[in-house]
Amino acid sequence: MTTVALKPATMAQALTRALRDAMAADPSVHVLGEDVGTLGGVFRVTDGLAAEFGEDRCTDTPLAEAGILGTAVGMAMYGLRPVVEMQFDAFAYPAFEQLISHVARMRNRTRGRMPLPITVRVPYGGGIGGVEHHSDSSEAYYMATPGLHVVTPATVADAYGLLRAAIASDDPVVVLEPKRLYWSKDSWNPEEPQSVEPIGRAAVRRPGRSATLITYGPSVPVCLEAAEAARAEGWDLEVVDLRSLVPFDDETVCASVRRTGRAVVVHESGSFGGPGGEIAARVTERCFHHLEAPVLRVAGFDIPYPPPMLERHHLPGVDRILDAVARLQWEAEN
Amino acid sequence: MTVMEQRGAYRPTPPPAWQPRTDPAPLLPDAEPYRVLGTEAAAQADPELLRRLYAQLVRGRRYNVQATALTKQGRLAVYPSSTGQEACEVAAALALQERDWLFPSYRDTLAVVARGVDPVQALTLLRGDWHTGYDPYEHRVAPLSTPLATQLPHAVGLAHAARLKGDDVVALAMVGDGGTSEGDFHEALNFAAVWQAPVVFLVQNNGFAISVPLAKQTAAPSLAHKAVGYGMPGRLVDGNDAAAVHEVLADAVRHAREGGGPTLVEAVTYRIEAHTNADDATRYRGDAEVETWRDHDPIQLLERELTERGLLDEDAKSAARDAAEAMAADLRARMNQDATLDPMDLFSHVYAEPTPQLREQRDLLRAELEAEQEGAH
Repeated sequence: MTTVALKPATMAQALTRALRDAMAADPSVHVLGEDVGTLGGVFRVTDGLAAEFGEDRCTDTPLAEAGILGTAVGMAMYGLRPVVEMQFDAFAYPAFEQLISHVARMRNRTRGRMPLPITVRVPYGGGIGGVEHHSDSSEAYYMATPGLHVVTPATVADAYGLLRAAIASDDPVVVLEPKRLYWSKDSWNPEEPQSVEPIGRAAVRRPGRSATLITYGPSVPVCLEAAEAARAEGWDLEVVDLRSLVPFDDETVCASVRRTGRAVVVHESGSFGGPGGEIAARVTERCFHHLEAPVLRVAGFDIPYPPPMLERHHLPGVDRILDAVARLQWEAEN
Repeated sequence: MTVMEQRGAYRPTPPPAWQPRTDPAPLLPDAEPYRVLGTEAAAQADPELLRRLYAQLVRGRRYNVQATALTKQGRLAVYPSSTGQEACEVAAALALQERDWLFPSYRDTLAVVARGVDPVQALTLLRGDWHTGYDPYEHRVAPLSTPLATQLPHAVGLAHAARLKGDDVVALAMVGDGGTSEGDFHEALNFAAVWQAPVVFLVQNNGFAISVPLAKQTAAPSLAHKAVGYGMPGRLVDGNDAAAVHEVLADAVRHAREGGGPTLVEAVTYRIEAHTNADDATRYRGDAEVETWRDHDPIQLLERELTERGLLDEDAKSAARDAAEAMAADLRARMNQDATLDPMDLFSHVYAEPTPQLREQRDLLRAELEAEQEGAH
């Protein structure tokens, strides 16, 4: 058995490694976007790729998101595997028509003859003190679009594995990268990075018996922290990291909720029309007789993303999660 | 005193590094649309090419008439006729080599058919039985695009990818005058020029975006002028002159193939029919205007030229008509057959592998269909 040298690595480094490995393994993988070349991306995720693979493989494009994704469609039609960077969550909105009208439905429209293996990387979410348009959680829009896979890593290892899986997928995948976890570190072996299970599998990050916290992306560390804090109250919380929003892993989620009988969905995105409503409904439909309490949601407020000085009030934190867990000790009113 | 004169004292210092990157003069389109038929340039045209164009124009017109009739019989959900614009459609297809790609918009069925796609398959989207009825790779024709101008960046990306792979493939992307107002038009032209992608953009300026006339669409001197700002040549051509459209497009395709980068071609033409069968064109234009364009019909223009030069006799004309008639009869017969659709196909091509959620929904539909079957017995 070989010993694996684990070193601290950041999520951004793991993503860079994933891009590099994918480009080295397959000459059809091309990276394109604004600032991805010489600068290496504003988050440095594409750092070194242009130098190593040339500007034809890692291309600084004109500043136009619809153009970036639209040209990626044509590149994919001709047999390339474009990996597109949308610099910030809210900067991706101009590309939505390309995404929704073409990327998501080209396979279906052509009855399988023209699949589009495009990866769309979107740094998303708040907590980094960004000004307006730099902190949106846009996952509900992507989830509501049939034809797209939507994944979001919460760990360094998953960042590598999910991005590699996305690039390898013959279908378009939106990779939502929680930008406040870019600098989160973990012990990880960059020399022997591991792949992940196929896209669509959730992971139990912390087993527990009292209740399930269902979460993903930037809220995973918050939920783990909440679970630790809850021990003092005598609660043993299970934390499920969805990893993939589409497809959705009903099996892992429902197995957990059936064990614990109680569930809270936690995400930064707004509550109304947000992912939590869909998840709560799915859990309720499948686990009704196992539930001791309604499925609760702890989410961002239903407001445009607030200014950085106020974002701590908006983002779901440990206290708000614990308050919800307390409400799970629910007793029917007459 | 005008505002500019009041500001006359202001003399901006040019920024140190500034210099124009390109002399715009060679990029500018001519003042008048380029024409071949009825001019001395016609003598240079290849008679064989003109006869091919003629046969395709006659066939295209018949196709438009037949498809329009099929909408009235309920066999097509909708048909945006290109009657009057056949020269653009036919020249577009004939200007390309087999290895090139065509990116059509929803009105460009004729170009798709002229490229070799089966006439019935080309109508699949408009018939409503599925979306794209043909294999885009078979004849290198992208799906008919309904959203305006969104297929233009696809053409740029494909041409760019081909170039990266070392293939001398050119993409021809078609759009209407209304489509030039869309953001994707701008982004596509800009990307193409920056990347020097081997793309030709063909704008069929047919006068109206449904009901909105060109004057309300743009303040540019011509749509071809838009090219200059991106750093590519703009060419203006009489869109009803098949020989001229073919010559200009073939030049642009050659220029692109040789590494010269993109060209924007504006073909000035006219939509003789309404936008679609659902549109009432009398609300926004008069008969007199339509009649002036009928006098500038693309088939008549070419027929006159060929006849005067002794390149087209009655036999050739009737052969073209007979071939078109046979195509129409075949189209009619096959379109009158009811499509056979499998409802289970709804789930077959959303993803390479259906998600667990889609598998559940597929089971639901299957159960519903089985219940229907049992009820029928």
